[in-house]
Amino acid sequence: MKNITIGQYYPTDSVIHRLDPRVKLFGTIVFLVSLFLTDHYLGYAVITVCLAAVLKLSKVPFKMLLKGLRGILILLLFSVVFNIFLVPGRELVHIWFLSITAEGIRRAIFLGIRLVYLVIGTSLMTLTTTPTDLADGLEKALRPLNKLHIPVHDITMMMSIALRFIPILMEETDKIMMAQKARGADFETGGLLKRAKALIPLFVPLFVSAIRRAIDLANAMETRCYQGGEGRTKMHPLCYQKRDKRTYCIYAGYLIAIFGINRILVAFQILPFLFA
Amino acid sequence: MHFIKGRNVIHDFADTDENEQERVVRAIAGIDLDVKEGDFVAILGHNGSGKSTLARHLNALLKPTSGTLWVDGMNTAEEENKWKIRKGTGMVFQNPDNQIIANVVEEEVAFGPENIGVPTEEIWKRVEHALEAVGMMAYRYHSPNRLSGGQKQRIAIAGIVAMRPKCIVLDEPTAMLDPTGRREVLQTIRSLNQQEHVTVILITHHMDEVLYADQVFVMDDGKIVMQGTPKEVFSDVEQLKSYGLDVPQVTELAYELEQCGFPIKKGILRIEELEEELAALYQSGFRIPKSK
Ligand SMILES: Nc1ncnc2c1ncn2[C@@H]1O[C@H](COP(=O)(O)OP(=O)(O)OP(=O)(O)O)[C@@H](O)[C@H]1O
Ligand SMILES: [Mg+2]
Repeated sequence: MKNITIGQYYPTDSVIHRLDPRVKLFGTIVFLVSLFLTDHYLGYAVITVCLAAVLKLSKVPFKMLLKGLRGILILLLFSVVFNIFLVPGRELVHIWFLSITAEGIRRAIFLGIRLVYLVIGTSLMTLTTTPTDLADGLEKALRPLNKLHIPVHDITMMMSIALRFIPILMEETDKIMMAQKARGADFETGGLLKRAKALIPLFVPLFVSAIRRAIDLANAMETRCYQGGEGRTKMHPLCYQKRDKRTYCIYAGYLIAIFGINRILVAFQILPFLFA
Repeated sequence: MHFIKGRNVIHDFADTDENEQERVVRAIAGIDLDVKEGDFVAILGHNGSGKSTLARHLNALLKPTSGTLWVDGMNTAEEENKWKIRKGTGMVFQNPDNQIIANVVEEEVAFGPENIGVPTEEIWKRVEHALEAVGMMAYRYHSPNRLSGGQKQRIAIAGIVAMRPKCIVLDEPTAMLDPTGRREVLQTIRSLNQQEHVTVILITHHMDEVLYADQVFVMDDGKIVMQGTPKEVFSDVEQLKSYGLDVPQVTELAYELEQCGFPIKKGILRIEELEEELAALYQSGFRIPKSK
């Protein structure tokens, strides 16, 4: 549980940290779109340079990002291996019933890059944005959805409350676990079924306590006049600065560049020659 | 003019017992209540005597089943008064963890003012003032998770103070704290009462927290059974004990001495008082009675 980077904030002061959360949210989407638009090495080279630049600007140590990658290692290996062996095309090597194709290698490499960049990109956003800012940004960015009767404020409020209670419930889990161990519970040995069963005396009290906390919290919120998002003011209202507007311009440039390179390469039919 | 006025307030909870039978629990059984603005009121009572239920009424979280309760002249049973009452009367609960909403201290304090639509600049002023008032300014940008219980409770109080209430109801705010935390919180409450003239209703199990109160209510079985200044209430040690309550140690000692035949006045609350009393006795030539 300790090496989950997504959702963790890295406190420091950088240009990226200071950006409006909406800018960062939008930037992450732009980045993801560009990842899936790109289908050749030149495009990925451009993306890599941009990503490296953002990483440098954010002052987040590269190690933090690697930690996040550990979580998807297995998924990464699986998808890469599957692609190498299962994509049909020009055969390079043939081992027993498996064949490695040029197409397969190319796909595997691209898929690997996409997955890794996807995790790096989203972690970079959460590492440079506090949960509160993120929730605020989401709320404001998704406000148009209110018209579709989607309770945006409520959802983001739930998000930030969940974030606050995660560490408290984790601690509680530890406590209950120790209490049950002291009573002779065994969480470590036995088959899958036995271990799953051993978790029941852990989850039942945890659930009860979580519900009790929820009731308390609801009371506390009500006594402090919480009535949903309507008529609420903010201590830190979000408003765009010059740097935010400039960043939006950079996004536009970035998208045009990625899209342009893609177009040109396709138009000149360079793709088949490059990888023929 | 009383800030809080209750007339024959009754509250019934519908509940089911072990045999799935519906039954009615009368948590408050006819209370008449008067609290002056600016008073420090302490409420005592053993477990299940209805203290928390009463506290929830003062904040319109619960409505009386029958009888009427007015807070700041507003009837709590009327729906349109609900938010006005909550704006004027804040509430602090027992568990400090379960009442903190935000992930940063200053945002936590700002939560209430944000809810009632205070403009941004005014929120800033109020947050600073509230944090100053509870002595937690240094922790402004911290995460509440890392604070001690007493500090969390002071933040919770600051969150109420920032709403500029006329009254704060605290339901056993020190029950989960260590002695240091208790002292901090109690000091904060007292200074709010004395400096900002906020009406304070403090529910507690700790007798020593009652000594500073202007008024003490003792509850038993959903009723207010004793009422008066701490001195008055603590003069009747026997009655207090019959409600399952302790008295402060000095009071207990004075009571025991009196039982042994020492002519000591009732309702002694401080060590110095007992000291003076005994010194006076000694000077007057009183000696320990041999008979007992
Ligand atoms: N939601 C509820 N449903 C049913 N019964 C309730 C409910 N809340 C309280 N009661 C009952 O009402 C009575 C008074 O409870 P209350 O919580 O007010 O006592 P208290 O004086 O605050 O006790 P404590 O010192 O333990 O906090 C108790 O008998 C309790 O069981
Ligand atoms: Mg209670």
